[in-house]
Parts: sequence; structure tokens; C-alpha cells
Amino acid sequence: MPKPHGGKLINRDLKQEPSDLSALPKFKINTNISEDILNISNGIFSPLEGFLCNNDLENVLTEKRLANDTPWTIPILLDFNKQDIKEIQEGDSILLINEENGVKAVLDIAEIYSYNKKTLAQSIYGTQDTNHPGVVNINNMKQLLLGGKISALESKPRNFDEYNLSPKETRFLFKEKGWKEVVAFQTRNPPHIGHEYVQKTALTFVDGIFINPIIGKKKIGDFKDEVILASYKSLMNHYYLKERSVMSILRTSMKYAGPREAIHHAIMRKNFGCTHFIVGRDHAGVGNFYKPYDAHDIFSEFPDLGIIPIFFRSFSRCTKCNSVVNDKICPHDQKYHINFSGKKIRELLRNGKIPPEDMMRKEVSETILKFDKPFVE
Amino acid sequence: MSAEKEDKKFTTISIPTPLAEKIKKRIKGTGFTSLSSYVTYVLREVISGIEEESEEVFSKEDEEKVKERLRALGYLD
Repeated sequence: MPKPHGGKLINRDLKQEPSDLSALPKFKINTNISEDILNISNGIFSPLEGFLCNNDLENVLTEKRLANDTPWTIPILLDFNKQDIKEIQEGDSILLINEENGVKAVLDIAEIYSYNKKTLAQSIYGTQDTNHPGVVNINNMKQLLLGGKISALESKPRNFDEYNLSPKETRFLFKEKGWKEVVAFQTRNPPHIGHEYVQKTALTFVDGIFINPIIGKKKIGDFKDEVILASYKSLMNHYYLKERSVMSILRTSMKYAGPREAIHHAIMRKNFGCTHFIVGRDHAGVGNFYKPYDAHDIFSEFPDLGIIPIFFRSFSRCTKCNSVVNDKICPHDQKYHINFSGKKIRELLRNGKIPPEDMMRKEVSETILKFDKPFVE
Repeated sequence: MSAEKEDKKFTTISIPTPLAEKIKKRIKGTGFTSLSSYVTYVLREVISGIEEESEEVFSKEDEEKVKERLRALGYLD
């Protein structure tokens, strides 16, 4: 099993509430930031122990590494306006609160600093174009940043907690199952046949597969979280070996940072104990901001990442081969190839129709159609 | 970033000149833009390979808690 990223699995859960908690200034945070806090506290973001300070941020932007040279590509930041928290200074502690999921955490402020939004957007997303959702998010950020270690105190029980394993738990689970090599698959959609082929091709060479859907804020028209989970459960029950496959969720927001985010996704799965990570075409991309295989190429910059990427190109069905193929294994012309179009599958399901079985397993389609409203409205 | 700060991020090491010449020839036409970028890449690879595989250490109490939750959720029999 790989070492956690940076060498140590971070645990920033406070078992006992500090006695002076009520005296701390309170600061309301949004749900995305509260998810970051939970991911720091249970080690998903190891080796981070809190929000980035300026030297780490600068290094992440210019070198794609923390100041100590550990690979890190997506900055984890806490923004605020001066008027939000009055009279705070470096060395103080504040209480961070999110009302939606009940997250409470103490931040020990190591640094209060300013930043440049254009530099941040250009470095992370490679663009300042406001058609990029990540750029819009940066433009909406507040004027200053707070860096420092956090200690998580509590959070409310939430939907899908029964599928929410921490890195400590997955590492234990993989060990109990006797898996030495584990491949992680990240997803945001119910599985079609192309996904199944990618997963099973990768699984052929390792001991187990860790299917890790991202759960959280979605766009209108996306499948709802409960639909994604139910459809995977159905696929796994019918077509996967129980002793070779595990599904658990990951609560984090998509940044659509393409190549940089592919590295971030790989790091999180390394912390879960995975040795391999599947990277598909246009991983974490949006629109035409990245080239289809930018997220493959970036891995060559990180000989010290500590998790092996498995690169896949697009799978399609070849009517001549009568099987699922990709451009490396099929000699036939494109005219014989039918792509697994997520858009087409969604359209059929939206009209209450079952997609063809060579596109999506019948059990999966039926599971999706059992939901009155499978899509985010 | 200031020049002073930039200076602090890098240090100089000495390698034999013939080796440096060999490397310069080798990296022509590759993605490496300089001798330094090649040496940095190789050293990062070597150092990360040296790191040992980890064995998670759980206390007995911790192990029981984790096992119990995984069983309750159906992840373990």
C-alpha cells in the first residue's frame, strides 16, 4: 500500500472541544469550504493540515508543488473580507461554522494575506476567460486569504454517510481484503458500458477496484447523487465480484481544472490507499479549455507522485468487431464505431426510454428510471 | 515574485562536466528544457522510490472501531 501523500495520514479531528470555544470570533463559511475542512481533517488532503499560506500558494501556482517540494496542484484556500471578522490578527484563533452541514472547526491563523485573482485563475485554469466556471468562482472570491492549521470539531450526519469512508477506513478495508494493488475510478455519472470496460480492463491487472463517485453540488440536468449511487450499486450487484470491488463517495467540489485537477484527484486516491488511478479523455475538463489528453501529459511532470496513472482513450462499440474497442485495438473505420454518448443516454432516459443494452446495462437503466426525477432541476 | 525570493528556491550543485555534457546531449529534443530540469526530475524519481511502503499502525481500540463500522455498512463480512 502506498504511503499517504507527504508520508503521513493527517488527522485534524479534535476529540475534545476546547474550553474557550465560546470566546472565539465566529466566521460563517460556505459548504465547499466546509467540505475542504472535512477532507483536511480526515486525511483526504494529506499532507495539508489547514488552508494554504502564501509561500505554499505561490509554489503551487508556479511549480505545482508545496513549498517543501511535495506535488500539489490545486490550492486549498480560505477567503474572507476584512469586515467579516473584525480585529483579527495572525496568531489568533477563530471558529469556522457552516450551517448546512453543521461543520465547526477552529482555525489557528498563521497568515493573513492578499492575492491576485488573475494570477490565480491563469495558473490554475490556464485562462482568465469568464466562460470557465472556475474563473467565475475565483472572481467571486473575497479580497483576502487566511492561512493556518484547522482542527475539526463536529459535523451533522448527512445523506449517503453509509457510503462515506475515510482514508483510514479504506486503507484498513483494502488490507482486510488482501488487496495490494488497488485502482481508483472517479466518476460523476451513472455507468454505461464504456465505463464498465475501462474499469474491468484496469481491474484485470490489479487486486481490486475502488469506485469513488464525487458527490456534491451539481449543475441543472446532471444526474442526482442518489441516482448515481443506486445505478452503481445495481451494476456492481449484477456484474462485479464483491471481493474485487468497493464503492465509496468523495465529497468535494469539481474545479474543472483539467490537468491540474487530474493530479489532485490522483493524490486524494493515493491517500485512500490506491496504487493506480484511471485517467480518461479530458479528465476534469470543461468546454474546450483543455486538449483531450492534457490530463495524461501532466503526469510526466511528477515522477514522485506515488500513484500510477492508467491512461485510457475513448472506448466505443465497433459493429464490425461486435465488441467494445478503442483506437489502439480496432482496425475498422470510424463509420463502424458507435460512441457511448452520455448526452444520448441522458436524452433517452429523460423521455422514459431504456437505452440500448449495448450502451447501458438494462439493470442500470431500470434503476435510473425507477426515480421520478433522476435529474437535477 | 522578487528576485531574492526566487534565489532562495534554488541551490547550486556540482556534477562532473563530462556527465553534464552527456546529459545535455541526451535531453536534446525531449521535453526537458535544461540540465537542471532533468537532474531535478531524476532526483525526485530516485528519492520517491527510496521511500518505504507503509504499514498502517492501528491501536487495538481504533482497529475494532473501524472494523465495526465497515461491518455495519456491509463492506466487511
